[in-house]
Amino acid sequence: MTYHNPRTPPRKSWTFDDQTLAEIRRAAATGIYDIRGAGAKRKLPHFDDLLFLGASMSRYPLEGYRERCDTSVDLGTRFAKKPIHLKIPITIAGMSFGALSGTAKEALGRGASAAGTSTTTGDGGMTNEERDHSQTLVYQYLPSRYGMNPTDLRRADAIEIVVGQGAKPGGGGMLLGQKISDRVAQMRNLPKGIDQRSACRHPDWTGPDDLEIKIMEIREITDWEKPIYIKVGGARPYYDTALAVKAGADVVVLDGMQGGTAATQDVFIENVGQPTLACIRPAVQALQDLGMHRKVQLIVSGGIRSGADVAKAMALGADAVSIGSAAMVALGDNDPQYEEEYNRLGTTAGAYDDWHEGKDPAGITTQDPELAARLDPVAAGRRLANYLKVMTLEAQTIARACGHNDLHNLEPEDLCALTIEAAAMAQVPLAGTEWIPGKTRF
Amino acid sequence: MCGIVGLFLKDRSLDTNLGQLLSDMLVTMTDRGPDSAGIAIYGEETAGRSKVTIQSDTPDVTFADFERRLGDLVGKGSSLRIKDTHAVAEVPTGRVADVRAMIDGLDGAVRVMSVGETMEIYKEVGLPKDVVSRFDIRSMSGTHGIGHTRMATESAVTTLGAHPFSTGADQCLVHNGSLSNHNNLRRELKRLGMRFETQNDSEVAAAYLTARMKDGLDLGEALTSALDDLDGFFTFVVGTKTGFGVLRDPIACKPAVMAETDQYVAFGSEFRALVGLPNIDNARVWEPEPSSVYFWDREASASRTLAA
Amino acid sequence: MPTFDLATQDLRDLNKALHTIPAGTNDLDYEILNPRGSHAVAVGCSDPLNISVKGPVGYYCGGMNAEATITVKGSAGPGVAENMMSGMVVIEGDASQYAGATGRGGMLVIRGNAASRCGISMKGIDIVVEGNIGHMSAFMGQSGHLVVLGDAGEALGDSLYEAKLFVRGTVKSLGADCIEKEMRPEHHETLARLLEKAGVTGVETSEFKRYGSARTLYNFNIDNADAY
Repeated sequence: MTYHNPRTPPRKSWTFDDQTLAEIRRAAATGIYDIRGAGAKRKLPHFDDLLFLGASMSRYPLEGYRERCDTSVDLGTRFAKKPIHLKIPITIAGMSFGALSGTAKEALGRGASAAGTSTTTGDGGMTNEERDHSQTLVYQYLPSRYGMNPTDLRRADAIEIVVGQGAKPGGGGMLLGQKISDRVAQMRNLPKGIDQRSACRHPDWTGPDDLEIKIMEIREITDWEKPIYIKVGGARPYYDTALAVKAGADVVVLDGMQGGTAATQDVFIENVGQPTLACIRPAVQALQDLGMHRKVQLIVSGGIRSGADVAKAMALGADAVSIGSAAMVALGDNDPQYEEEYNRLGTTAGAYDDWHEGKDPAGITTQDPELAARLDPVAAGRRLANYLKVMTLEAQTIARACGHNDLHNLEPEDLCALTIEAAAMAQVPLAGTEWIPGKTRF
Repeated sequence: MCGIVGLFLKDRSLDTNLGQLLSDMLVTMTDRGPDSAGIAIYGEETAGRSKVTIQSDTPDVTFADFERRLGDLVGKGSSLRIKDTHAVAEVPTGRVADVRAMIDGLDGAVRVMSVGETMEIYKEVGLPKDVVSRFDIRSMSGTHGIGHTRMATESAVTTLGAHPFSTGADQCLVHNGSLSNHNNLRRELKRLGMRFETQNDSEVAAAYLTARMKDGLDLGEALTSALDDLDGFFTFVVGTKTGFGVLRDPIACKPAVMAETDQYVAFGSEFRALVGLPNIDNARVWEPEPSSVYFWDREASASRTLAA
Repeated sequence: MPTFDLATQDLRDLNKALHTIPAGTNDLDYEILNPRGSHAVAVGCSDPLNISVKGPVGYYCGGMNAEATITVKGSAGPGVAENMMSGMVVIEGDASQYAGATGRGGMLVIRGNAASRCGISMKGIDIVVEGNIGHMSAFMGQSGHLVVLGDAGEALGDSLYEAKLFVRGTVKSLGADCIEKEMRPEHHETLARLLEKAGVTGVETSEFKRYGSARTLYNFNIDNADAY
C-alpha cells in the first residue's frame, strides 16, 4: 500500500468541543449568560453506581406479595403538634405556580394525594387549585416572600423554609418576563412582563442564629402546629444539616446538584454544588453526631428516578425522598408526542429545558392558557400516582429482597459500589472488596 | 453564628459589678449559641507582672504538676490561681516567654487561653450559665469585658474553638458571622509568623488584628484595614488593655445594638442583652453603622468613631 | 382590659390568647408589660385588637399582623411588622434593621430612627419613619410607600420596583435603578394622606423629594451588567 499526500486529519479540541464553541458564539452574540431550567446535565457519580446485596444464605428475604414491608413515614415529630403522616416516603418537591401552569400544579396535587404523599408550593405563593387538590401541602417560605400571607401559612400542613436548592446553592432565582402573566404578576405584586429577580438571602434574617428566631416567630404565628422544614442545597451538607438542626428544624430537606430549577444560569447549574450521592452520608453523620437521626427527618432530592434510587437514598440514611423533574416527566414533560413542536423550538424531546420561556408544548412550564389547557390535570395526576406507586413497589421489592420489613431498615451495609468514586462518596465498599476509599485500607 | 456581649466601664465605681453585669448579659444570649461560651475580663494590673491563663482537661493532676514546674522555673515571683479547668499564672512580665516555652514542652497537656497584664479569658464547651458559674465570673471585677456564646458553623466544638480568641497580649476578639477568605488569610499570617490553635475563621480575624497592631497600627486603624482585607459577614467586638472596639462589615446583616451612658458603653447582639444594665432606660441606644469603626480607649481623651 | 406580664407569663400564652379571641368579644384592648426585648411579641394577630406594649421588643414584633393596632412604647428589634397584611404598628422609639420587611398592607410608623433595610422587599405596606433610615432601605421594594422625615443612608431604593419613596432630609446615595422623580399634585396628596394617618404634624409635603424606579433593570440588558 502506498500513501499519497499523507496528512493529519482535522482534529477537534477536547477542551473546545462543539458545545463549548457554540456557547462562546451565543454569549458573544447575545450578551447574556445562558438561562435554562432543569438540573445538572453533566455526567455525575450517581445512584446507578450502587448495587444492593440481596439476601441468600446469610440473610433471609421476605416474600414479595405476602410479607409486609412498611413504606410510611412521619415527618415533623420533633416539635410540631401536628406532624405529617405519609403513606409513601416519596414527596413532590417545591415547584411554583408561575414556573408551572395551574393545570400542572393541580395534577401534582391530584397525583400526590392519590398516592398518599405531599406536594409543595414554590416561589409564588399558594393557589386554590393546589390547596384544594392536595391532601398534604407543604408551603415554601422563600427569600422573595411572593404570595406569603398568614392565611395560607395556617392552611398549609407544613412550612418549608428555603435556604438553598441543589441547582443553585447560594443563588437567587430569575423568572423572565414572558412568564409574568397577569395572574402571576398579581400574586407576586410585580408589574406584568418584567424579569423577576429573586434574592439569594432572606430579607429579614441571615445565619442560623437569626433563623432560630425566625422559626420561633413562624411557630408562634401557627401556634406550634406545623412541622418546619429547612431546605438546603447540597454544598456543605454536614455543616448545613447540623446548623439546620441547631436552628430548630423539624425536617431537613437536602437537594443535591442534580435537583432541578425553573430557571437559572447554566453555569450555576453545572458548576456549583455536590452530587446528591455525595451529600447524603455527611448529612446523616451530622444528624447522628447530634443524636437526631430519625428524630429530625432527612428528605433527599436531586435526581431520584426509580424505586431503586429511593431505596438507595434510604439505605444511605434518608427518611424520605423528593422528586421534581421526574414528577414533571410523569405528567408529560418532554414527551416525544410533541417532537415536531420541540423541533420548532430548536430542541428535541428529552432535551427541552427552556422552561423559563413559557412555550412548553406539554403545557407544564407555561402560563400560556392555550398551552396549559393541553394538560388534562386528571389524567396527568393519574399518571403521577401510577408512577409514585411503581416507585414504591420497586423500593419495597428491593427492601424485601434484602430482608427488611420496612424501607427505613435499609442500611449502608446493604450496598456495594461499582466505582471507586461512588464508593468514596457513598461510603460503601467497592464491589467485591472491603475497601471504602478514605475510610478503610485497600 | 453567635451571641456577643461587651461592657466598657467609664465609671470606675461599677468595677466590682463588671462580672455580674457581663454574666447576666451573656446568659440572655444563650439561644443564639448552644455550643460553647467564653468571657474575657480586664481586671487589676500589678506593675511589672503578667497573667497567663491556662486550661486543662485534667486539671486535678495537671495543675499540681504545672505549679511545681512554674515554681522551679520562675521561683517565688510566681503564683497559680486555679478555677475549675482554668488557672491563672502570675509571673514577672519579663518571664512570660519562658513560661510559654515551658507550656510548649508539655505536649498539649496545658493550653494557653490568654496572656496579658490585665486580661483573663475563661471559655468552655457548654451553655453560658454553666460556664459563668464554673469560673465564678459573677464575682470578678474589672474595667471592661467581652463575652460570647457560640453556634459553631464549620470548625469543631471544642474549648479552643470557643470565643474570645486571643492572639496577642491583652487582645481579644469575638465574632458573629462567617468569614469567607479566612483560609487564604491564615496561610498568609502563618507565613508572617502568627500562631494558630484552631481552624476557626474568627481566630484568623483576631490574628489579623494582632498582626496589624504589631505593624504599629492602633486598634482603630487595624479595624479600618480589616474592612479591606476580610471577606464575609462579621460583627466584631474587640478588647485591648485600655480599649474596646466594634466593627460591622459593609453589608451588616448580623445584629448589633449599643448603649452608652455616662457610666458605660455596652454592646449586645440583641437588645435583650442590655435590659439589665443600670439606667438603661435613659441610655443612648443605637445600632452601629456598617463599615464604621467604633472604639473607646480609656487612655485617649475621648471615644472615636471612624467612618471608613 | 386583659393584661399580660411577660416577666411572669409565657409568650406562648400571650400569642395563643391573641389568636383565639372569642366571637362577639367587645373588649379588644390588650396591654403587654415587661417585654424586655422578647421576640415574636403579638405576631399573627388577625382581629381588630388594640395592643399596647409597654417597653422594648426584640425580633419580629407584630409579624404578619392583620387588622390589629399595635403600639410599642419603646424600641423594636429586627423585622418589626414583617410581612404585615393590614392594621397598624407604631414604634415610639427606634427600630432595628428590616422594619416592615415584605409588608403587604397596613401602616408601620416609627417615631424614632429605623436602621438598615427598612422596607426591604415591601409589597404594599406604607411605612412612615419620623427619624432617619439606614442603608439599603426599600431594597427591591415592589409597592407601597416609604416616607422618611429625616435622612436616608446609602443605596436607597436599590433594585426598586414600584414602591414610592418620599424623603425630607438628605439621601446619602441612591441604589441601582433608583432616581429622583417629580412631585406631582397626586404625590403631594398621597403624602399628605400618609402623614395625617401616621399622626405626623408640622411638616409640609413640599419639604419632601420623591424617589422611584428608573425601570432600566426591568428586562435584562448586558449594558446594565454593572448594576446587577
